[in-house]
Amino acid sequence: MGRLRELIQYQELLFILTWKEIRVRYKQSVMGFLWAILMPLLIVGSGIIIKKVFSTVSGVPTTLADIASVSVKAVPWAFFMSAIRFATQSLVFNSNLVQKIYFPREILPLSAVLTSLFDFLIAIIGLTVVLVVSQVGISIHLLWLPLLIGLLILLTFAVGMLLSCANLFFRDVKYLVEVSLTFGIFFVPVFYDVSRLGKWSTLMLLNPVATILESINRVVVLHQPPDGWWIGYVICCSAVALIASWKIFNWTQPAFAETV
Amino acid sequence: MHPIAIEFQRVWKKYRKGATHDSLRDLLPDLARRIVRLRGNGDVALQEKEFWAVQDVSFEMKRGESIGIIGPNGSGKSTMLKLLSRILTPTRGNIVVRGRISALIEVGAGFHGDLTGRENIYLNGAILGMKKREIDLRLDEIIAFSEVESFIDTPVKRYSSGMYARLGFSVAAHMDPEILLIDEVLSVGDAGFRAKCLTKLQETLQGGATIIFVSHNVREVSRLCERVMVLVDGQVTHFGDAVHAMKVYHDATVGRSARKTHSRFSSPCTITVRSVDTDGQETPSTSFGDPIRLRVKCHLPEEMKAAHLAILVGNYTDQDYIALSSERAGITLSPGSADFSCHLEHCRLLPGRYRVRAALLDPLTQRPLEVFPYQPDLLIDVPTSALVYRLPPSENAVIDIPYAWQVNGASA
Repeated sequence: MGRLRELIQYQELLFILTWKEIRVRYKQSVMGFLWAILMPLLIVGSGIIIKKVFSTVSGVPTTLADIASVSVKAVPWAFFMSAIRFATQSLVFNSNLVQKIYFPREILPLSAVLTSLFDFLIAIIGLTVVLVVSQVGISIHLLWLPLLIGLLILLTFAVGMLLSCANLFFRDVKYLVEVSLTFGIFFVPVFYDVSRLGKWSTLMLLNPVATILESINRVVVLHQPPDGWWIGYVICCSAVALIASWKIFNWTQPAFAETV
Repeated sequence: MHPIAIEFQRVWKKYRKGATHDSLRDLLPDLARRIVRLRGNGDVALQEKEFWAVQDVSFEMKRGESIGIIGPNGSGKSTMLKLLSRILTPTRGNIVVRGRISALIEVGAGFHGDLTGRENIYLNGAILGMKKREIDLRLDEIIAFSEVESFIDTPVKRYSSGMYARLGFSVAAHMDPEILLIDEVLSVGDAGFRAKCLTKLQETLQGGATIIFVSHNVREVSRLCERVMVLVDGQVTHFGDAVHAMKVYHDATVGRSARKTHSRFSSPCTITVRSVDTDGQETPSTSFGDPIRLRVKCHLPEEMKAAHLAILVGNYTDQDYIALSSERAGITLSPGSADFSCHLEHCRLLPGRYRVRAALLDPLTQRPLEVFPYQPDLLIDVPTSALVYRLPPSENAVIDIPYAWQVNGASA
């Protein structure tokens, strides 16, 4: 609890570091905020191609709703990817600070996640435009969205925090993370719906990120409530991951400055 | 408020040399062991490749006190500050810190080159633990102090290193901490800015802050600090009076570098300077007012065709007070051994301990050919025959010259 209080004391540092990251990223860059939607755009692009291939094989034409469905899942996945990537490197990139200044180290992975969250918010604006154009419509089930996104953020932070300290001790971690993220898109239902997997779908939903993406698709595009049991499962996963990861982070923290 | 701001209770800190592991199988258990050790107290035995960076250091600091830490490179000074600021955890022992601590271990830590000076003030301030509101209040002061007003909206990557350092120090100097730790930061910037920093630190101190100041610059330390700690190889060799600390520090650094050999000559090049009495016997000290005799024995190698001898008498902070040259007497040294003396009939150095150095100079260029810093100290005592008159009261005065007073009439 003492640590949590300290973290709250240092919240200004968290925001200013995040602000710095965002500012530095968009300074001297021509595309500016367009960068935030580049990654989701690429994912959606590849999604459309894959859908096209499917539809040629099956004879069922690709609809606007399909594109909406891919976009709705591509944007949170892009957030997850970039947040994990930045968080993993956060302690090592800021080794100078870790060695020279005292502050709660959780701030570094946390600010990496917040920075990606900023891009996420911009991408959401773009996404809204896509959804309006494809006439997806709205329903009461949209109220689930804040909870789902909140869970995604918590989960991302838990994983990011753990990976950041793992990467501090073992530099191989960042390569592992890169490879996993590159192929990770095939292990989450971005390009297709989980139902297509048949009896394998349960296995995929065990991955909480997959469940979150699937649920987002349900509440936004399909106008259905998410599966209560699976949401309960994700809540448990996020809570356990967050506590475990924070414990490990704190337990290894005394060795950070002299190991990094 | 508790009167003691900082307590070090038998603090030990262990480091590792080299860190390569052959395989994951060795690494994982070793890492776990290290972390367990860092978290708990105890286990003082040194493993292979380990060494003590700080050994059994205990001290206390009262609120509002200032101490300096000096010591040769690698003696554990920065480790002490990192332990204090909680960046590092002690292997063994306890550290108690009472108050808001600000550590300035590197100037401009966390500065980002792409951000402007103004933006970096906020960033650096937050890193050092300041709230945005506090920075807002002091922004103008910080900018004025740094003397980079005209570049404040330029990215700091375009700054000169001096400007960079000045901005970094300005932020740190305005954070108004209860306990301030400063590591070597004044070594940057020009003399004018350094003096300004020192003055600012003195103000902070008068404002009631507790300061720990680490530096190689003994003179700056002694200006700011009441007590000085000398660290050598992680151990405290002296803690207290600043003047004596300089002597201890000097000896420690000399001991380290004295191993330097002059192998570039076929035969050794040596000079020894001793203070002697009228009978030619070596004497550890002379009394104030007495003439001083210095006996010089030297050996010049064949390669050194000719040289003039210079003897410099000064203090431990590289300030020389007297320079004696053999050229004045028309003496030029030639290869081989020589033995001669120099008489200082009216040496008016005040009582104290002085450092003696000798140098061989090229007769044509006057540049030093060799410098011999490691001569015994010249000790000038207060004569036991009672003080016939009172010595000047300044601690910093070193020379007493003949002078006369004259009363021109009584003032109203």
